[in-house]
Amino acid sequence: MTTLASPDLRFHRLRDSATMLRRNLKRLLRYPSMTVLLVGMPIVFLLLFVYVFGGTLGAGLGGGRADYANYVAPAIILMTVTTTVQGTAISVAMDMTEGIIARFRTMHVARVSVLTGHVLGSVIQAVFGVAIVTGVAVLVGFRPTAGLGGWLATAGFLMVLTFALVWLCVALGQVSKSVEAASNLPMPLMFLPFLGSGFVPTDSMPAGLRWFAEYQPFTPIIETLRGLLMDRPLGNNAWLALGWCAVIALGGYLWSKRLFNRESAH
Amino acid sequence: MSDKRSRAAIAATGLRKSFGDHVVLDGLDLDVPRGTVFSLLGANGAGKTTTVKILSTLLSPDAGEVQVAGHDLVREPDAVRAAIGVTGQFSAVDNLLTGQENLLLMADLHHLGRGERRQRTALLLDRFDLTDAARKPVSTYSGGMRRRLDLAMTLVGRPQVIFLDEPTTGLDPRSRRGMWRIVRELVADGVTIFLTTQYLEEADELADRIAVLDRGRLVAEGTADQLKRRIPGGHIRLRFADAPGLDTAMRALGQATRDGDALTLRVPSDGSLRALKGLIDHLDQRAIEVDELSVHTPDLDDVFLALTGPSDQKVTPR
Repeated sequence: MTTLASPDLRFHRLRDSATMLRRNLKRLLRYPSMTVLLVGMPIVFLLLFVYVFGGTLGAGLGGGRADYANYVAPAIILMTVTTTVQGTAISVAMDMTEGIIARFRTMHVARVSVLTGHVLGSVIQAVFGVAIVTGVAVLVGFRPTAGLGGWLATAGFLMVLTFALVWLCVALGQVSKSVEAASNLPMPLMFLPFLGSGFVPTDSMPAGLRWFAEYQPFTPIIETLRGLLMDRPLGNNAWLALGWCAVIALGGYLWSKRLFNRESAH
Repeated sequence: MSDKRSRAAIAATGLRKSFGDHVVLDGLDLDVPRGTVFSLLGANGAGKTTTVKILSTLLSPDAGEVQVAGHDLVREPDAVRAAIGVTGQFSAVDNLLTGQENLLLMADLHHLGRGERRQRTALLLDRFDLTDAARKPVSTYSGGMRRRLDLAMTLVGRPQVIFLDEPTTGLDPRSRRGMWRIVRELVADGVTIFLTTQYLEEADELADRIAVLDRGRLVAEGTADQLKRRIPGGHIRLRFADAPGLDTAMRALGQATRDGDALTLRVPSDGSLRALKGLIDHLDQRAIEVDELSVHTPDLDDVFLALTGPSDQKVTPR
């Protein structure tokens, strides 16, 4: 049998992923209002919790506003990651509702690169967001005591966390039927830090809620961040947090890949 | 494998697809030779888009053997993808990027070299009359510009087989003609075009072969002329000044259909000069005054209406 031509069928995963990453970074620059919103939200919460609730909550912890700033800042940093990945779900859903993804699917490109482009773009976005929010937190009184090692470990841990949550949100963006749904589906990620040790210690909660708070993934994640930034012993929180990250990353990756390879309904 | 199959750009036998209980394609056979335009006609929901989606690897068929550009669709989807280009009904462009960036994105995904990607992009922008808008975001483009960019993006990778799913739906007549010109140029370069359309005029203008899809089956296939010959409908229409004139003519001509309100007669005819002359001579000999005479040859609209639609209204093809 003769064929029309023998196309070069090697995949170029890295090259295609880099191309898709460039596309996503360009899109972020063209649509800055979303990035501003995603970084603005944790800053609003930071100001709210430090200046409005901070005096009372700090007193409850046996200190004052300054102590509460140190307590809440890691939760706000985590919130920066969750708002960023919420943005990922939205931009994935935007992609899915537009015809361009159908075009990519009919092209000989490494399929996963469409998704890795989003993942890498969001990780970069999260790095910038976390840097800005941490800066603002320092301005309002956050005084981390971590040394260089602690900061590097914090940065590494945040990257791992973002990577895990972003894969989950790539899947959530794909299951969403609309952009609106995509902005709502990751809401539990925004809400869970409140139902953990993010804003108040879990031992102040009623029994049932406390049980949930202590076993949900965000509590060890926040405690690890807090421990690293405030240079305190981590206990087994770090392993629990990394374990959760691994589970979320793997689950999110497999789910995303499966969703992307599934056929469009019609 | 037969020689015929390997020479075909698209060869399908017994293509089937259902969504749940709903049978969309019910045993489709297609044979599209290389370097030709094949047009699939059908009403909304006839299965045109599903056919394109299957042939372009977006959907997998439930049954059937399909080869596109010499590669088996199910076993070698990546080889098929490397050989095809698709411009669908809904524009597949990135709205946040500029026209130029969209084309460069395609060039990068096709792994073109540095010089070639610039060159190819500039060439396509020029060819599709988008050079002036190249640096503007696509969200500011008109419908016609988006469609041109969409096709330009498809051409970056020099596909051998191009699927155009209703490429001119919603375009103004000038943009539509521009699209037709481009399609003709592509075919002249040896590209195979698989075109779906609702505009019969478009199929008539462009297609070497036309197939009519109705409820998941091909109900007719051939050149535009062959299809037109298959159905009745050619006639000469005569209009008269008054009812007595109409009645006289009716008696004289015999096998005509009378419309008393419009004072017209419909005389079956193939529309040839000889038939026309015969009719005029006949009327002349009896000194019948005709106000107006017009010749109607069946167009693809007649074919389409005769072959598709509710089965009780269907005309049996000759």
